[in-house]
Amino acid sequence: MTLLKTSIGRRSFLKTSALAGGGFMLSFSWLGACQTKPEDALAMPKEWFELNGYLKVGDNGVVTIMSPNPEIGQNVKTSMPMIVAEELDVDWKNVIVEQAPLNTDIFVRQLAGGSQSIRQGWKGLRMAGATARHMLREAAATTWNVPASEITTEAGMLHHKASGKSAGFGEMASAAAKLDVPKEVELKDNKDFKIIGTSRKNVDGPKIVTGKPLYGLDYRKEGMLIAMIAHAPAFGMKLKSVDDTEARSMPGIKDVFTIKSYEDDYPRQWCDVSSFPELVVVVGNSTWEVMNARKALKLEWEQFSDHSQTVSNFQGGSNDVKVPAGLENSAKHMQMMAQYATKSGKVVRKDGDPAKAFKNAAKVIERTYTAPFLAHNTMEPMNFFAHVTDDKAELVGPIQTPEFMEKSVSARIGLPLEKIDIQMSRMGGGFGRRLYGHFLVEVAVISQKMKAPVKLIYTREDDMSFGTYRPTYHAVYRAALDKDNNLVGFHVRAGGIPESPLFANRFPAGAVDNYLAEDWSIESNISVGAFRAPRSNFIAGAEQAFLDEVAEAAGKDPIDFRLDLLKRAQDNPVGENNDYEANRYAGVLELVKQKSNWGEDSSGTYRGVAAYFCHNTYVAHVLDLAMEDGKPRVQKVHCAVDCGIVVNPIAATNLCEGGSVDGIGHAMFSGLTFTDGVPDQQNFDKYRLVRHKEAPRAVDVHFVENGIDPTGLGEPPFPPVIGALANALYKATGKRQYNQPFMTEGIKLG
Amino acid sequence: MAVFNLNINGKQQQVDVDPSTPVLWVLRDHLNLTGTKFGCGIAMCGACTIHLDGNATRSCVLPVSSIGDKQITTIEGLSEEGDHPVQQAWLEHDVPQCGYCQAGQIMSAAALLKQNPSPSDEEIENAMNGNICRCGTYVRIKQAIKSASTTN
Repeated sequence: MTLLKTSIGRRSFLKTSALAGGGFMLSFSWLGACQTKPEDALAMPKEWFELNGYLKVGDNGVVTIMSPNPEIGQNVKTSMPMIVAEELDVDWKNVIVEQAPLNTDIFVRQLAGGSQSIRQGWKGLRMAGATARHMLREAAATTWNVPASEITTEAGMLHHKASGKSAGFGEMASAAAKLDVPKEVELKDNKDFKIIGTSRKNVDGPKIVTGKPLYGLDYRKEGMLIAMIAHAPAFGMKLKSVDDTEARSMPGIKDVFTIKSYEDDYPRQWCDVSSFPELVVVVGNSTWEVMNARKALKLEWEQFSDHSQTVSNFQGGSNDVKVPAGLENSAKHMQMMAQYATKSGKVVRKDGDPAKAFKNAAKVIERTYTAPFLAHNTMEPMNFFAHVTDDKAELVGPIQTPEFMEKSVSARIGLPLEKIDIQMSRMGGGFGRRLYGHFLVEVAVISQKMKAPVKLIYTREDDMSFGTYRPTYHAVYRAALDKDNNLVGFHVRAGGIPESPLFANRFPAGAVDNYLAEDWSIESNISVGAFRAPRSNFIAGAEQAFLDEVAEAAGKDPIDFRLDLLKRAQDNPVGENNDYEANRYAGVLELVKQKSNWGEDSSGTYRGVAAYFCHNTYVAHVLDLAMEDGKPRVQKVHCAVDCGIVVNPIAATNLCEGGSVDGIGHAMFSGLTFTDGVPDQQNFDKYRLVRHKEAPRAVDVHFVENGIDPTGLGEPPFPPVIGALANALYKATGKRQYNQPFMTEGIKLG
Repeated sequence: MAVFNLNINGKQQQVDVDPSTPVLWVLRDHLNLTGTKFGCGIAMCGACTIHLDGNATRSCVLPVSSIGDKQITTIEGLSEEGDHPVQQAWLEHDVPQCGYCQAGQIMSAAALLKQNPSPSDEEIENAMNGNICRCGTYVRIKQAIKSASTTN
């Protein structure tokens, strides 16, 4: 049993209770309205009793649990309420899940990013369930006149053994709701978990497979208009002139105008990334009419000159960020990166005497790795709904950062935060793209101008050419081996446009006596942002492919080579600031070694291994690949994961499968290139994503069981699989792959 | 604008739209059938897959004027109770992550199984290759199709 102080204040409860009278339920009028099985099968209570902001208990024992965080496919809408239900001790089949409203007085960190929802939500979610359970027990104790300590709970029932009394949660809910919030509550022992650690199906599954409206793009409201934007065709350009004569006269068109989503002097938040604040807007009755009218716009664009943007920082101040003029080209980018990599960068970490180690080395290995810009390409293109009136703004749609974007909308349309209501719809993918919500500001400005409810829709081309892309990266690795093939020196110099992918304190830092990490970056006007496992999504694959080559040069098995280094890092670490736990890192390698029968004959298939630690979770992959008609095809991915307690195994496994497929797909096929500032790929005819025929035939996922508090899974399975793929490709073809995507033109290995 | 009488999910529906309007937008904007998804608009991702006389068809490039008396089935009409074997298999395998592409995947899978009740792995991959899943649920999709096939 763990005692936990309840940090949910009285204020939160009062506020929730006040909301419960009206606004609270109203805010669910759309998102909560489309009930399907199995919820339909549950009899609805006559009355609900809110025990805290996370949950309410019906008089019949049915429980509604709020899912606080945005759902982007990482399954938090199921797994977060599971944690509440566990501590409440309710039967999962009597639980209804609702997407919570944005309310940061009650809910902590309503953000989907950094694989942190479960990790940072863990205590608060448990506390919410445990607090309610405590109050129900107190209510029963008073009703039955027995000590609360003698009352046990099980699956939504309260029992008092000595007197033989029993009652359902629903019978005590009314009395419990009137009680004070306890100062501290008991949490279950892990061994008593009945829901956490068991597989529970996606609560939205029935709605997804029957096509019920769940996504932002599905939202509609009476009188709603459709809006689309036209932005500059190239990064580095701005609007010069608009001729909308023809577009205006087309059927179904209400208005055409230009907007600035962000004013020039507005201090942007980190999530306000947008290269195209000046937009031409077409508003009309239906999507097809607006699409056609937009094609009829005659727009002229011109290059902008060097300027700067004010971006606010977390300390409350602001920085001026330079935006260079010019129309950028990928070929030039590659030349510039190669050139920068020849010069010393900024030293971020240095252990020992790397120069001496390399000078005295028996063998030096140096390799260079690159990767292109990537577009996120969520399957649901960017979109948002807004209805802005003089005294309030209602916004509905897909956003990973509702709390932050509420501030941007507030600043732009001049309404205070409390007048702005953002509802989170299920998202057709996030991958980091929906951390950046310029489209919320855009639709709010459009609705304010139109004085009407408006849904803004991006086409795939808009989405792909108006991105917050994964930057393009470059890394040079050098390793020094002594005459006995020990790794005595390690040097990484990594950079990119416009940021470096380096994590200087990650493995193998801490495992090598002489270590040097340098980084550099080149300015650009192409907008970038977080993409599933930012920076790790490149540097892990590069590092793990390099270590494979070093192990080979040292004549060592690639798993044993890593385990030896990790043992060094655990027993006698170099430096003090190493960003990993060597024993857990080694643990996933040992697990994947065992589960893949590493070292045994795998006739006809070629194997590669890799491991990485990011976003608080350890993952190792062994990848089996075969050549089929001259093309590589992944036969199986063995994936070993240490994310501590696995809350919902079926969904956690799904995320590891998907992360592996996604990593393989991007490394193999995807890339965004630029010609004179224009993205060369703007739809799936040219931008390649992995498809059924190219996906691994199987993914086996294994979790380390250690009872440690859980960490996230949205990102960690993605980065290392790229290294495992590169290493398997080498075994299959005898050729190392250094530049992503590995398949050029999607058809042949580079 | 022109009036079209369409047979959708077994019901006659009338819409007054520009003849070039793709069926996708007729369904989504004019008939409030939003289960059919917009993904690319050029028939490259499969999110908008419907059945046209039982055949999997990309509705985003299908002008409403080309339909005539052909029968349209959307995800909403695949089964009355959401219990088509493919839908059930999808739930059994807990296939979706974000879920956005899954209606299109299910429509492609249902059309495949109608024509070929026990497809091989290769036949599944060929039939499903036009449907992108950005979350990478391909392995589960194949498992679900195998569950729903008569080989199982």
